[in-house]
Amino acid sequence: MNKNIDVIENPVLKVEDLCIAYNKSDSKYAVKNVNVTVKKNSITAIMGPSGCGKSTMLRAINRMHELYPDIKTEGKIYLNGENIMKMDTIQLRRKIGMVFQRPNPFPTMSIYDNVIAGYKLNGIRIKKSERDDIVERSLTNVALWDEVKDSLHKKGTFLSGGQQQRLCIARSIAFQPDVILLDEPTSALDPIATSKVEDLLVELQKDYTIVLVTHNMSQAARISEYSMFMYLGDLVEYGKTDMMFTNPRNKKTEEYLTGKFG
Amino acid sequence: MSTEKSSIDLTKNNTYRSVKDKVFLWTVIVISIITISPIVMIIGKLVWKGFRQINFSFFTAVTPSTFEAMTAVANGEIIPGGIVNGITGTLLLVLMASLIAIPVGIIIGLFLYENPGKRYADLIRNLSDILQGVPSIVLGLIAYLWVVKNITQGYSALAGSVALAIMMLPLIIRSTEETMKMIPGTLKEAGLALGVPYYKVIIKVLIPSGISGLSTGVLLAISRILGETAPLMLTTLGNPMINWDVTAPTSAVPLLIWDFYNDPNMVDLIWSSSLFLMGFVLTLNIISKRISAKSKA
Ligand SMILES: Nc1ncnc2c1ncn2[C@@H]1O[C@H](COP(=O)(O)OP(=O)(O)OP(=O)(O)O)[C@@H](O)[C@H]1O
Ligand SMILES: [Mg+2]
Repeated sequence: MNKNIDVIENPVLKVEDLCIAYNKSDSKYAVKNVNVTVKKNSITAIMGPSGCGKSTMLRAINRMHELYPDIKTEGKIYLNGENIMKMDTIQLRRKIGMVFQRPNPFPTMSIYDNVIAGYKLNGIRIKKSERDDIVERSLTNVALWDEVKDSLHKKGTFLSGGQQQRLCIARSIAFQPDVILLDEPTSALDPIATSKVEDLLVELQKDYTIVLVTHNMSQAARISEYSMFMYLGDLVEYGKTDMMFTNPRNKKTEEYLTGKFG
Repeated sequence: MSTEKSSIDLTKNNTYRSVKDKVFLWTVIVISIITISPIVMIIGKLVWKGFRQINFSFFTAVTPSTFEAMTAVANGEIIPGGIVNGITGTLLLVLMASLIAIPVGIIIGLFLYENPGKRYADLIRNLSDILQGVPSIVLGLIAYLWVVKNITQGYSALAGSVALAIMMLPLIIRSTEETMKMIPGTLKEAGLALGVPYYKVIIKVLIPSGISGLSTGVLLAISRILGETAPLMLTTLGNPMINWDVTAPTSAVPLLIWDFYNDPNMVDLIWSSSLFLMGFVLTLNIISKRISAKSKA
């Protein structure tokens, strides 16, 4: 066991020997042998320099890589003890929501329809009153309700970038997943929109487990409880965020956190 | 002092700039005139020669007999009758060709988009490009052999539609693939990340997002086949009456134009029919331009 990597009891997510290569035929791995456990109802940040494999690792958790047949994923990931590789991808992705770097509301749908897109696109029929409840609850959760309640039937793409991103978060929580994966959700946003999204994530961790990729160390320091530091595909260090920032165990982590590279 | 100097510099610069500006302006004007004059002359000629014939019966009556036309011309009257058999024939042909080509073309286009860089996808793409280069008369011959000889045992609207559908296919395939490529991949991922099955993402997310591109492609393909004459001569033959039977010979506006051209008494109808056809094609083009402009806005 790597002493730089903490182990959490009863984790929501447990990653075992995860290796990912973008090309089946060569042995250049973008993620190498990662073992990690993620705490329930917390925010876990994944940090590291560009190209270290943060997105690659995150996208393994909802099996997004399976869209691209060249990508090879080895190892195991458990969600609440259940091997996700054995789950139906459709069920899995309803339990593990994802928010992308650039806001991507469905351009043909209204704000309302974007929120319940998970139901609509899956053809899940629910009563109108129930739908209204889901929309209101999800939008309230992302602190967007007051801003858009009078224009629910306008296209989601009319919103500002920050509002769109919050809409995308609302879309991903409408199904009440166990885990939400976010890949640099604020990198396309201005500081005010960023801080709104951060506040929102802090709120959301009461109900959801959040795994957040971020370039921004101070963001990780502000909102995350646990942090991973990745370097060249390796998980170098994992532990409580405040511990990592005050007392990093690995030299590379320290250099990164003190801005020697990145 | 210094202000004076700089103002002198500015005027100098200004004369040079304004000369350059004028030269550029006039070049643009001349080039624009060269580009638009053929289309203006064509439309002008068609309107001038054709408008007299365009009246209510033009759209409601079938083609007149040579004798009727001859009498009218001899008396200095406008030719009676119209081209409704051609209009309905063209509609029937376009409708059936679209029914064949749109689903097939979109499915192949989606397939190409889903399999980029695959050998068989490249093969299909190349074949489709070759298909686009096949002379339409050859497609007419093929449809003659396939459909006229074997399926309908005679000239038929179906045979013509098959020839036209083959002409539409490469255009629709190409525009579908290009449209899909323009849709950001993150949209597809967003759909899948919500636990939506792949085929539903295609049907409910990708196609609606690309609907303007798809319909532009379809409209352009239709306007491309509207004027086709050669393949229809070999397949649908023509019909002096309105026909809605897909297994029977049928008329079409371009076929009528060819008939009128061959009948000295009907010359006047050439222009009005051409005007109609041109107007139809132009309208489709304008609609498709507007759709794509709207989607970009
Ligand atoms: N589609 C791809 N095909 C091939 N290699 C890829 C692909 N995407 C990423 N990689 C490689 O995998 C490695 C990890 O990439 P990844 O996108 O996970 O980095 P990241 O940590 O998210 O970086 P960033 O902070 O810039 O987003 C990089 O070396 C990259 O070159
Ligand atoms: Mg990334």
